[in-house]
Parts: sequence; structure tokens; C-alpha cells
Amino acid sequence: MNVRIPAGLLITALLVTGCGGGGGTQTATTTPKVGLITKTETNPFFVKMKEGAQKSAQANGLELMTAAGKFDGDNASQITAIENMVAAGVKGILITANDTKAIVPAIKKARDAGVLVIALDTPTEPQDATDALFATDNFKAGELIGQYAKAAMAGKPAKIATLDLAPGITVGQLRHDGFLKGFGVPAGDPSVVCSQDTQGDQSKGQTAMENCLQKAPDINLVYTINEPAAMGAYTALKAKGREKDVLIVSVDGGCAGVKAVQSGQIAATSQQYPLKMAEDGVKAVSEFAKSGKKASGYTDTGVTLVTDKSVSGVEAKDTAFGLANCWG
Amino acid sequence: MAVMEATLPRRLITTPVAGPAIALVLACLFFALNSPQFLTGPNFSLIIQQVMVVGTLAIGQTLIILTAGIDLACGAIMAFGGIVMTKLAVDSGLPPLLAVAAGLAVCAGFGLVNGLLVMKISLPPFIVTLGMLNVVFALTHIYSNEQTITDLPPLLTFLGQTFQIGQTNVTYGSLLTILLFLLFAYLLGSTAWGRHVYALGNSPEVARLTGIRTGRLTVGVYTLAGLVYGIAALLLVSRTGVGDPQAGQTDNLDSITAVVLGGTSLFGGRGLVIGTLVGALIVGVFRNGLQLMGVPSIYQTLITGVLVILAVAVDQLSRRRNR
Repeated sequence: MNVRIPAGLLITALLVTGCGGGGGTQTATTTPKVGLITKTETNPFFVKMKEGAQKSAQANGLELMTAAGKFDGDNASQITAIENMVAAGVKGILITANDTKAIVPAIKKARDAGVLVIALDTPTEPQDATDALFATDNFKAGELIGQYAKAAMAGKPAKIATLDLAPGITVGQLRHDGFLKGFGVPAGDPSVVCSQDTQGDQSKGQTAMENCLQKAPDINLVYTINEPAAMGAYTALKAKGREKDVLIVSVDGGCAGVKAVQSGQIAATSQQYPLKMAEDGVKAVSEFAKSGKKASGYTDTGVTLVTDKSVSGVEAKDTAFGLANCWG
Repeated sequence: MAVMEATLPRRLITTPVAGPAIALVLACLFFALNSPQFLTGPNFSLIIQQVMVVGTLAIGQTLIILTAGIDLACGAIMAFGGIVMTKLAVDSGLPPLLAVAAGLAVCAGFGLVNGLLVMKISLPPFIVTLGMLNVVFALTHIYSNEQTITDLPPLLTFLGQTFQIGQTNVTYGSLLTILLFLLFAYLLGSTAWGRHVYALGNSPEVARLTGIRTGRLTVGVYTLAGLVYGIAALLLVSRTGVGDPQAGQTDNLDSITAVVLGGTSLFGGRGLVIGTLVGALIVGVFRNGLQLMGVPSIYQTLITGVLVILAVAVDQLSRRRNR
């Protein structure tokens, strides 16, 4: 009697493994593989990136593998993903690093194993830890909306709130600094009356704006790290009846964000192109697989100012263009 | 001998580790047949490297769960320990060995505080460690100033170095992890202390009446668990090569997952630490195997969830049958 149970399990084991066995050897084909590792699975920015990578992989005859961190800042999962992809024999890995410094040793191991590693969207520290970087020029993205805001304010004295990302994150710092440069004020200028971190989150953006308005009710210009934070700011301003006389500018160019520009909630946004980053990245890996030629250096994937209230002296596209090229 | 033979299959069924071990073997067979890269020495070495941090955390978690407690702060404590070790060694220029000792002591200290709060004020472990999770998380970010610490001295990354077994590179950290599991299997299975831990988890009242000093035992278990988190911190630092203030944010639940998958009952008093190793390996094997097959990582999370529910269901059903 007792012996039957292990025997039954053995049969189950054979059945389970037998089922899987059929398709097994197909993975051993010579289709070169490319890995894409994003910060998280859920952010629409990365969903679009994955879409671009998938399209480009199909067009170039590559097999795409994907992985992501469990939360923004999750370094361990990204290391594990790199190791597993190298074990799977990928030709190249495209990565948006959650921790730009902490990921570097794992990237080095992958490159030592002969894998081409390209950073998408976010540069590593140091930047040359990867073979190449395909990304938005985040400083320029900030600068564009800074210039726009300067022209749109038309000489009115500015009281600025900046709704930033988080301490120590390069992308947020670059956009913030670019905005100040574009607007023409130095860091620490008294016209910046309030700066708060939002993690790029709508509800945190709203809380931050509410607190800023408590501190300085006469704020008339709001810079936001991305459009969710901008929408949070708009909600807070609307509750105070201030939404008409405060200018909100932002960065990102997600579809929901461009729609908010169209409806006038956000005055202008700098649009970036995750789809293009991924497409170009996959293309570079395909080139490497074919010819052994490695991509190198920094490739600017472009940024465009999107607004329906254009100002003279700052080049911009309208929201129709923005919606045709948006992500999310 | 005849008696032994008759009871062996029954023991196999009633041992909480049998189910998880069979599941692990089945998973390995499945992936071996579906990916040519799976069944290799280097890949197995890789899987052990990938589970060693959560696995070691889960040793401490097992101790606490066996006493019918739970620890939500383990990952946070580990992250803080890692920052202490790296920051003292790099920024303060302390000798690396002292820095590691300080990190271990800090982790054990947090365990001690948890244990004292649970024992002295009779707070539920869930609440104590939930609070401690937030406290330690904040301390990590304040102390580190949100900065990742790089350029570590060799001693801190030694456990990430490898030695060869045949053609396979194995990290010293993997070896240490396995040794820790064996040590705790011995301590729990073959010492009076181990029997007291099980007794405490089964019924604190009965344990007290049989003369076990339950208060001191509880504080000891939490402190020891804290020390084990400190070892996990060293493993983490050596694996990633940096001190990372963002580390370990999901490791509390991941370690509980490993314990539960390993057949240990969340109600305390029942389970084996070797089961926890099996549980951690199941998660690692699925993550690695599915990645090799090209399945996106979100499905790995999905499957882990299903496995956890299955494991607990099996635990419940087998208890009912035993009654």
C-alpha cells in the first residue's frame, strides 16, 4: 500500500516532464537572443519600451527576453535578470538601471562574458560601464520647458514651485537643473519658493503642491518631473481656484500627459521617445550579432516641446503631433 | 529493521519537506527538458548564488516562525547591516573586519529589540516587526544619505569570490549558505535548544510549565535571527559589490515565501529549516528556468503566488488527515 504513493508521484513526474518535453529542443535553435531589463513591469513608459523592442526584435530576426525589477529601485532583481540572460546566451542586454551605481559590477560580468550591454533611458555611473547609452537628453528636456516658461511668463515676476523626483536620482536632477538653466535662474535663486519630492507619483504630487501652496500661496509657475506629478499639482491648484493663473510645465510626453496639455491643464511638456530607445537598442544588438560591431557612446533619442500655446523664440510642436508620438 | 522499513514511506509522506522536495525535483526535470542551458553546473551554481541572500534571511525567518512569530523587518535590517558594513569600511576607513563585526552586531541588536518588545510588552510579532520595518528602513536612508556605497575593500566582497568544483565556479557565499543551513538543521533537530523552540511554537503555556524559560528563549531566537540577517547582509554586499540603501524591500515577504514553500507551518512548532532551503531553491529554479525559456518575469511572480497557496493548502490538508 505504502509504496504506491511514491510510484504515483513518479508517474506524475513523467507525465509533467513528458508534456513539456515536446517543445523543448526548439529553444536550442540559432536565433540570436536579446534581453530587455526595465525598472518595473507596470509603468506605461516601460510597456512602450517593451513594445518597441518586440517590434524591432521581430523585424531583425531576434528572440526577445524580458525581465524587470519588482519596484522602482530594485537592484537585486535586475542583477538576477542579467545573470539569467547571460546564462541563456543572449547577444546583448538593454537595461534601464534601477540603481545606476549598484548595477555596475553585474554589467561588468556580463560584458566580460562577451555580451553587448546598452543602457536605455538612464545612464549608469560611470556612464562607460555600458557599451553604449540610448537616451533622452534630460538636461535639454528641462531646458526646453524652462525656456518656454520664461517666454510664457512674459516678464512677470515668477514664484516657482518645483515638484521633483527623489534625492540622488540623476534623471530628476538633470531635468530640474535644465529647467532652471532654461528659465535663466541659478540654483538656490529666491524665486524658487518651494521644492518637494514626488517620486513622479500623482497623489504625492498633489500633496506636495498642497504643502507648497501653504508655504507660498502666490506661486505662479510649477515645474514638475513628469505629467502624473503635474496632474497632482493641477488638482491641488484647482481646489484653491488657482488653476487658471498658474503655469504648469512638465517632462515626459505620455499620452495622458499630452491630453492634459491639449485640454490646457498643463501648458507644455517635453516629450521623450522610449519606443525609439528600445528599437534602436535592439537594432544595435542585431548588428552586433551579425557583424560583431559594438555600438558605443551616447545616442540622443530626441526630445520635443509639445504645446498648443506656442511662444515666439521656442520651437514647439502641437498636441496633434504629441498624441501621434506619445507612449502609454 | 523491518519496523524501520515499514515506517519509512509513511514518514516520507508526513515529513513536511517531502512535498516541497518533490516539487523541486519536478520543476528541475521540467526546465531541464525545456531549456538546454538549465541542467549545467554553472547554472546551478548561479541559482544558489541567486537564492543565498533570501535563503539566509529565511533561516532567521524560520526560527521566528517556528515560535509562531513572524518577522516583517528582516530585509530592512539586512539592508541597514549592509550599509553599516560598507559605510564604516569605505567612508570611515575602519578596518573591514571591524566594519563587518559592527554590521553583524547592529543586526543582532535590532533582533534583540524585536525580541524584547515581543516578550516584555507581549506585543504581537507582526506589529513589532511592522513598526521596526519602517524604523529601520528610514534609518537606512538617513544614515546612507540615499547614497550607494562603492569601491569596497576585498574582504567585504570575499564571499562573492569563487572556487572551482570540477568545471564549475562556486562562490564562497554559496558554500557558507549551505553550511548555515546544515548548522541550523543540527541545532534545531539535535539539541535541547532546538526542541525548546518547537515546544514554544506548539504551545507557549505547556513549554513554560515544562520548565522552559520561554521569555529568555524568545529573546534569544529573535537576537539569533538578527545575527543571521547580518550574515545575509554580508552575503548581499559581496554578491552585489556595493552597499545599497534600496536593497531588500521585498525580501521580508520573499523569505516568508521560502519558509512557507518549504512546508513550515505559519502557526509555529512544525517545519524543518532544510525545507526552507528547498523553498528558496524552488523560487530560484522557477525564476531562472522561466527566464531561460524566455518567459517574462511577471509570470514568475504569478507562479510563485500559486505555489505559495498550494503549499499552504497541502499543509492544511495533511494536518486534517493526521487528525
